[in-house]
Amino acid sequence: MAQTAQAPVAPPPRADERLGRKSPVARMLARPEAGAIAGAIVIYIFFFIIAPPFRNASSFSSVLYVTSTYGLMATPVALLMIGGEFDLSAGVAVTSSALTASLFMYEFTTVAWVGVLVALAVSLFIGFLNGWIVIKTGIPSFLVTLGTFFMLQGLNIALTQTITNQVSSPDISTLQGFSSSRVVFSGSFTVGGVNIRTSVLYWIVFVIIATWILLRTHIGNWIFAVGGHAPSARAVGVPVGRMKIGLFMAVGFMAWFTGMHTLFLFNTIQAGQGIGNEFVYIIAAVVGGCLLTGGYGSAVGAGIGALIFGMVNQGIVYAGWNPDWFQFFVGLLLLGAILLNTYIRRRAEAAI
Amino acid sequence: MSTPQDTPPMGRHHAPESPTAAGPRAGNGTGTALVRLINAGKRYGAVIALQDITMEVSAGEVTCVLGDNGAGKSTLIKIIAGLHQPSSGVYEVDGEPVSFNSPREALDHGIATVYQDLAVVPLMPVWRNFFLGNEIKKGPRIDIPAMKTMCKDELLAMGIDLRDVDQPIGTLSGGERQCVAISRAVHFGAKVLILDEPTAALGVKQSGVVLKYIIQARERGLGVVFITHNPHHAYPVGDRFLLLNRGTSIGYFEKSQITRDELTGLMAGGAELEQLSHELEGAGGAAAEIGAVLGEEVAELGIADRPAPAAAPATESDAR
Repeated sequence: MAQTAQAPVAPPPRADERLGRKSPVARMLARPEAGAIAGAIVIYIFFFIIAPPFRNASSFSSVLYVTSTYGLMATPVALLMIGGEFDLSAGVAVTSSALTASLFMYEFTTVAWVGVLVALAVSLFIGFLNGWIVIKTGIPSFLVTLGTFFMLQGLNIALTQTITNQVSSPDISTLQGFSSSRVVFSGSFTVGGVNIRTSVLYWIVFVIIATWILLRTHIGNWIFAVGGHAPSARAVGVPVGRMKIGLFMAVGFMAWFTGMHTLFLFNTIQAGQGIGNEFVYIIAAVVGGCLLTGGYGSAVGAGIGALIFGMVNQGIVYAGWNPDWFQFFVGLLLLGAILLNTYIRRRAEAAI
Repeated sequence: MSTPQDTPPMGRHHAPESPTAAGPRAGNGTGTALVRLINAGKRYGAVIALQDITMEVSAGEVTCVLGDNGAGKSTLIKIIAGLHQPSSGVYEVDGEPVSFNSPREALDHGIATVYQDLAVVPLMPVWRNFFLGNEIKKGPRIDIPAMKTMCKDELLAMGIDLRDVDQPIGTLSGGERQCVAISRAVHFGAKVLILDEPTAALGVKQSGVVLKYIIQARERGLGVVFITHNPHHAYPVGDRFLLLNRGTSIGYFEKSQITRDELTGLMAGGAELEQLSHELEGAGGAAAEIGAVLGEEVAELGIADRPAPAAAPATESDAR
């Protein structure tokens, strides 16, 4: 973790003759997201050459939009992964949140914002429950959240059908407070003739906040520590349980935010959607340099991982290929990223 | 953890008078020990992990706890470090009885433990490890330049000249990591350092370096509890020696009451070795030869005919 690279150290610390000067390129390569940046550039150039529509600004705006829908969730998932845990329920949790909001506001005919707040509470509670079970039982989060993944998936469909007799939530666009909610969660604006969704801005802001927390606050230090070696963190007084539960709740928060974005964009939610997205978030984080074993990674990396996703997802369409190729590319990216990460970890832990 | 077996080792039971045999402290006039255990014991259900342990450490002193695997050393550390509470006996800090519910509380009383795994996170930079849990803050942020400088200076003060405090601590050698962990504890105001087998995984030279830091810590006025199974590491730096076997004390000595060879003999478990040599000799063949050699060594160390160690301290001090 070459935090030096961006630390604004005022007076250069005494130079040590045993340290060779590192070129900026070498420093860059030592960062967790180095591989992802290189990959993103290669993929951009690739599609820039083979898919002419990819070169338009408006196309890139839609690449960024797809990126943001993955990237919003990939950010807390990356933090959670650095903290040493997984959340397989993250994909369906987005749908659960959106369904909760829409069904609540529709069935009780409340102002849209009431449903939004109820959904926030439910999402935070799901995150809390995931974390609490993991901490209290010591069962790997992979298994715990696999359980909650299936439970939420079942609840999403079963409850929606019981309440509405359909597999999607009712249209909420006529409710009071809908338009103001839409402005907040699913707005868009135009720059130089190109339409950009606000979710792209939110995504960038959340990546910046997450990066700041990770590298510049004691909370970030603790996240790396609980993921890197929890017993050590506990021994020096880091509240490991609370940290991990907090990270699960951060995933819950973002599932809510992403869910609200989707809900107010489409007015209605399919009860079965979101399945499989949890892997996209995890893969984005891993491609961005997060170690599956925790303790290493970056939020910027996860953002770039999401960008790679967005580019491949849209690039294939612009190139006129069969979209089925997308899955193949995703698998290939993941394998490449894991190979690179393993190499980095071996180097970093050479002495252990 | 020690598993109690049906036959207790003969004559190894800790006699109550043994702690007093260590005698009143000469010199170092502070009077109250920083940390003292009086007849402390620990049970895990039906398993008696530790029984009737009495020991103390004062400022500027090193108390060595010696014992083989399963002797109860880790249980003893866990009690002192606040991870466990003793099921019997008294734990005093600065003369006041205490009952710690967490390592954090022990830490607040100035009792810092450096575990075998060192409580470091291998992938994190040295300076982040150094300040983990005690970050210097500047508003909501952490003060990175200040922490880097302070980390480098503090390590330098302990005689560790690191190339780069930004390297992952996992890239340091075992001895260096040990020393970072010790200097971290010292920096954050430890009065008592508990070192859990700091030399166990180290080579001869690296062990020497760690022993040097133990002496340095003692000279800075800290009390050190040094846990080890190596009498050759314990004897040069120790002021008192507590020997454990199967969860009980088999002796508690001042340095003046015991020689290194006697300490080694006690650690090796003279009587048990002698019995082993008899058994081997009885087996015939190559085993008998090994048995004979072992028997000679036991005789040379003069540990075979020792009286029960509980009475040993008195005998030893008389002899001197």
